[in-house]
This record gives sequence, structure tokens and C-alpha cells, in this order.
Amino acid sequence: MTECLLAATTWLLPFAAIDWHGLFFLLFAAIACGAAIMVVLTDNVVRMALHLVLSLGATAGLFFLAGSEFVGAMQLMIYVGGTLVLLVFGVMLTAQTQLVSLRTPAADRVLAGILAAALFAVLVQSAVSVEAWRRPGRAEVSAPTATPLGMALVGVRVDGDAAGHESRPLSGYLLPFEIVSVHLLVVLIGAAYLARAKRRRTPRAVELVASVDPPPPVQARSEAGESASVLVGGGR
Amino acid sequence: MMLIAVGTVSVAHYLIVGAILFTAGIACMAVKRNALGVLMGIELVLNGANLNFVAFGSSYLAGEGRASLGLDGEVMALFVILLAAAEAAVALAITLNFYNNHATVDVDRADDLRG
Repeated sequence: MTECLLAATTWLLPFAAIDWHGLFFLLFAAIACGAAIMVVLTDNVVRMALHLVLSLGATAGLFFLAGSEFVGAMQLMIYVGGTLVLLVFGVMLTAQTQLVSLRTPAADRVLAGILAAALFAVLVQSAVSVEAWRRPGRAEVSAPTATPLGMALVGVRVDGDAAGHESRPLSGYLLPFEIVSVHLLVVLIGAAYLARAKRRRTPRAVELVASVDPPPPVQARSEAGESASVLVGGGR
Repeated sequence: MMLIAVGTVSVAHYLIVGAILFTAGIACMAVKRNALGVLMGIELVLNGANLNFVAFGSSYLAGEGRASLGLDGEVMALFVILLAAAEAAVALAITLNFYNNHATVDVDRADDLRG
């Protein structure tokens, strides 16, 4: 029986020799970098949004490979699911034919390319210059990080020796958590205030209504003025 | 130079991927004339920084002679994701306001305050 099972699984043996971690790292890194470069190279804003979705999704894969699965899940849910939907929403609201692809002058492109190349050279130089960073890791799979993260966010650390520095006391993140949450609340209220539909009547809207309509009764006139001002404000 | 042999993904690989994302984001911010394109560049930059935080905090990539950031890296990455969401909301509101007032999202034409 055992021999039968072994014989049945011998075709799996070549797969066991493959370094799946490195292979998937290469796959996700290639997708992330290629899509990020395509974001820079395309002029069409809709395609830029699509490539950004690809890049951020592949980065979530890299987070999973690094063993921090909670951050990867949050990346998928908040970034790809929330922030990018917001961006696509903005693209759709402002997508007029002459705005979908704005060409950049070639001189600006060359300048930005030189700047990016110089910055990339500095960053890669500093990344490979430290010898300890080039050594491969211990590759030991850690415990799931959701529980330590959740406990740390309410101020209790349960990951004592995992961090490798028992000498100093570990502190939780209750105060930064509160600051970030209040910050998020303030920002969302501010964004709703900034992007609200404005109902003020501009002089041009009143002129427009007066020129189009014969003098209507007072009630109907104020409503027409409002809708005309919205039209003028949104489509001008 | 940094080709991956079997089982040798190190922190430096993550740093190089993060550097590519960061550089692409900087170039995107510099090149794009669409305000939403500039926003996408900011997202790329934040994402590249996030990748570095996660790589330094990962216990999977931690080796001898180098302490990992531990939980600090992941918490920082979470905060960066949250603040990026907040920043995108406000920047999108500003962009829509600009579009309502000027009927364009071309950042080169936002020069009303030029002296």
C-alpha cells in the first residue's frame, strides 16, 4: 500500500526541488515593478489606474511572502478595495475626452527620467551596500501575526522574544492608534465638506436663467436657478 | 548581481523592489499633468516605503547579526496604509473642487496664485 502511494507520488519529486518562495517572489516582484513602470509610461489615465491596481495587488503578494499576512490582507482590502476605487471614481468623474490623456512635453520626460535614474542608483547602492541585508533570512515561518498586531494596537504586547530585543520593554500602540483614528475621522469630515455639492447662485447662472426663461413665477424660478447653477458649476 | 539562487530571498531583494516602486512613483509625480496621475504617483511612493517597512519587520527574512523590526514594521505599514487612504480622500476632494472651478484636471493650469 505504501509502495503504491510512493509510486503514485514520484511524479511530484521534481516539484519538491523547486524553490517556490523564490519563484513566487520573482513573479510578484516582476508584476509589481512592471506595472509601476507602466503607470509612468502610459498617458491614458484609465490604463494608469488599471496598472496601479496590478502593482498594488502584486505588492500584497510580496507582503504575504514576507510572512506578514495581516498587512497583505489590509493592503488588498483598504488599498486595492478602497483607495483605488476612490481614484477610479475620480477618474470617471473627470474623464472628458481631452483630459483622458494629457501629453507631457518631451523635455520634462527626459528631466524626470534623469532624476529617477539618479534616485534609483542611490537607493540600490544603499540597499546592497549593507552586507547583513544581503544574507538570506532564517526562513522560519512565524506564527500568524493577526493576534499580536491586534493586541499591540490595544496596548498589550504578546510577541515578547519574537522581535529579538528583550532588553528594552516593549510598548503597545494604543496612543498612535487613537491618533490615527481621530485623524481619519477629521480627514473624512474634511473631505466630505470639501467635495460637497455647492448650491450657491453665481451671477452667470442668474443671467443664463434670465436669458433662457421668460419670467416665471417666483417659486419655479428659484428652482430653475438652482438646477442651472449646478449645471454651470459642474459642466463649465 | 543579485540573482536569486535557491531559497535566498533576502531583505535586499525587497529593498530593490521597493526602490523601483519608489522611483516609479517619483517619476510619475514629476511627469504627469493629470492631477489624478500625480495622486497615483504618491500611492506608488507610499507603497514602496511600505514594502521596506514590511521587509525589515519580517521574521521570515530576519537573519543572524541583524535584529528585525518585529511588530513595529507591520504596525508602521498599517498606519501608512490608513494615512494613504485619508490622503487620497482629501486629495480627491481637492481635485474635484479644482475640476468644478476650472473644468480641467491639468495641474499646469492651477496657477491662479502665481505672483
